[in-house]
Amino acid sequence: MSNLAVLPIIIPLISGIILAFFHKKVTVSRWLTRILTIGNLGLVSYITWIVFNEGSIILETGGWEAPYGIILVADPLAITLVLTTNIVATACAFYASHSMNIKEETHYFYAFFFFLITGVSGAFLTGDLFNLFVFFEVLLMASYALIVLGGGKVQLRESIKYVLINLFSSVLFVTAVAFLYSVVGTVNMAHIAERVQEVDQKGILTTIAVLLFFVFATKAALFPLYYWMPKSYIVPNPVVSALFGALLTKVGIYSILRVFSLIFVYKLDLTHHAFIWFAGLSMIFGIIGALSTSNIKLIVAYNIIPAIGFIIMGIGVFNQDAMSGAVYYLVHDMIIKCALFLLVGTIAYVAGTSDLRKFSGLIHYYPVLGWLLFVSAFILAGVPPFSGFIGKLLLLKGALTNDEIVIVVLGLLSSLLILYSIMKIFIQGFWGEKDESFVKKPTKGFVGPVVFLLAFSVILGIGAEFIYPSIDTISTYLLDPEVYIDSVLKE
Amino acid sequence: MEIIISILAGILFATAIYNLLQKQILRIIIGTVLLSHGAHLFILTMGGLKDRKPPILIDGIHEIEKYVDPLPQALILTSIVISFGITSLLLVLTYRTINENKTDDMAQLRGEENE
Repeated sequence: MSNLAVLPIIIPLISGIILAFFHKKVTVSRWLTRILTIGNLGLVSYITWIVFNEGSIILETGGWEAPYGIILVADPLAITLVLTTNIVATACAFYASHSMNIKEETHYFYAFFFFLITGVSGAFLTGDLFNLFVFFEVLLMASYALIVLGGGKVQLRESIKYVLINLFSSVLFVTAVAFLYSVVGTVNMAHIAERVQEVDQKGILTTIAVLLFFVFATKAALFPLYYWMPKSYIVPNPVVSALFGALLTKVGIYSILRVFSLIFVYKLDLTHHAFIWFAGLSMIFGIIGALSTSNIKLIVAYNIIPAIGFIIMGIGVFNQDAMSGAVYYLVHDMIIKCALFLLVGTIAYVAGTSDLRKFSGLIHYYPVLGWLLFVSAFILAGVPPFSGFIGKLLLLKGALTNDEIVIVVLGLLSSLLILYSIMKIFIQGFWGEKDESFVKKPTKGFVGPVVFLLAFSVILGIGAEFIYPSIDTISTYLLDPEVYIDSVLKE
Repeated sequence: MEIIISILAGILFATAIYNLLQKQILRIIIGTVLLSHGAHLFILTMGGLKDRKPPILIDGIHEIEKYVDPLPQALILTSIVISFGITSLLLVLTYRTINENKTDDMAQLRGEENE
């Protein structure tokens, strides 16, 4: 029964190994990938249902008791994010065969795809800080391989920068774990939380907290550590960009959410209040980046930064509404960013360029694509009744309860500019005169995964009444670290 | 002893960061290697450096205080393997990049907006 917690990690791992053997047989790989991702999605949905009905699943791997062995914790937050990861993975599995060429597919794309999912699911489910580092490396290693897959000049150049910045922050992560180990003498998160509580978070622990925040903020592309992100996210194949945009930065933000709601919660005015400033600056700089460019892929990549800002603002405000909003926005953003990257990848494919100044009037040839972009711009900006609205509403409500007026104004203003930055693609790229010389390329297979993802976004928005109680459960759970500690350490 | 090793790790970090800020790619890679050496030394030091036996039990457990802490050693071993993997990947990546872009100067690998 408790072995269910390890299945979201083990299944993609085994799938990846199997697909490494079939790498030359493209048709077999494609269908196997699709079947395995759908199977995994079904299984994770079942586990999610169990977690929400019967409580968290705790797995002590190898039968070692809590602080001594590695613990996998499938609590409501972790399993919700694993479910979202699998939704994104399913959409990407169906999109991949259309956007990749045979050469890229036969060079182990599907194996690395599954290893990436393994790392992401593992990072969400683990209850051990060093194990989190290892899963970070698992997903980063897969991402290094995916970012350079194809081996173009630009890809090679950008991947070096990507590998270097991630290597640097990983080393910092190890150092931070070493410092934390020297102070509290354990690497199990629940046990660390218990011991930090006992000494009431002394000065040295706050220093380590800030170091950990910088590590995760680098992974999550938060201001001022986002400079590596936009360029490296646009160079790989669109499906890889979509996986990165939806999953990688979100693992960093999940780690911040976990560490600063479980372990370091006793000096709120030192740590969490600073988060609000980082959030505001991320919104400003992210949106400036998105408005400054006419590369459609870069516009979407820059839009990740304000979204990260919104989530970190929820963590900074740290009350019931803001935490619900942060979790809601996290789930919403994973889905919509994946959809937007896939859409923009399709647009760049049909237009033959990603420079917005070089094409217009696409709506005459691709009406479906145009309206999908229109709807996703609305979802991203948070126009009711779509999913972005509920998350932002809760976040702003939470911030207003704590009288954080400046961040509320910034949030509203940046939402407006986010809408403008995506609408710019619609207005300049889709409207305009019909270009008679345009050669229409078939988009069969490109649209399906996007519609699948947008359907989830619409359900998240319209069905908020059914989903909100679960999100509320998660935020209640996050605000009370005792529940996590007690369930892991069995006191 | 901990203080001396901490200073050594600090020197390694300083040298590493100086190398990371250079233009030549190979120097940057040397910087990353030095950086991971520093981090591994830090893990070892933070576990405590005491004059005790290596953590190998020969005939059952007698007086657990006689042994050094085994956990940091396991953490370092994991971390060494991971950074070894990344370093080898980075070296191959650099080799390919230099071949394709015909330069090893990071300043010339900056790139443009629309590619």
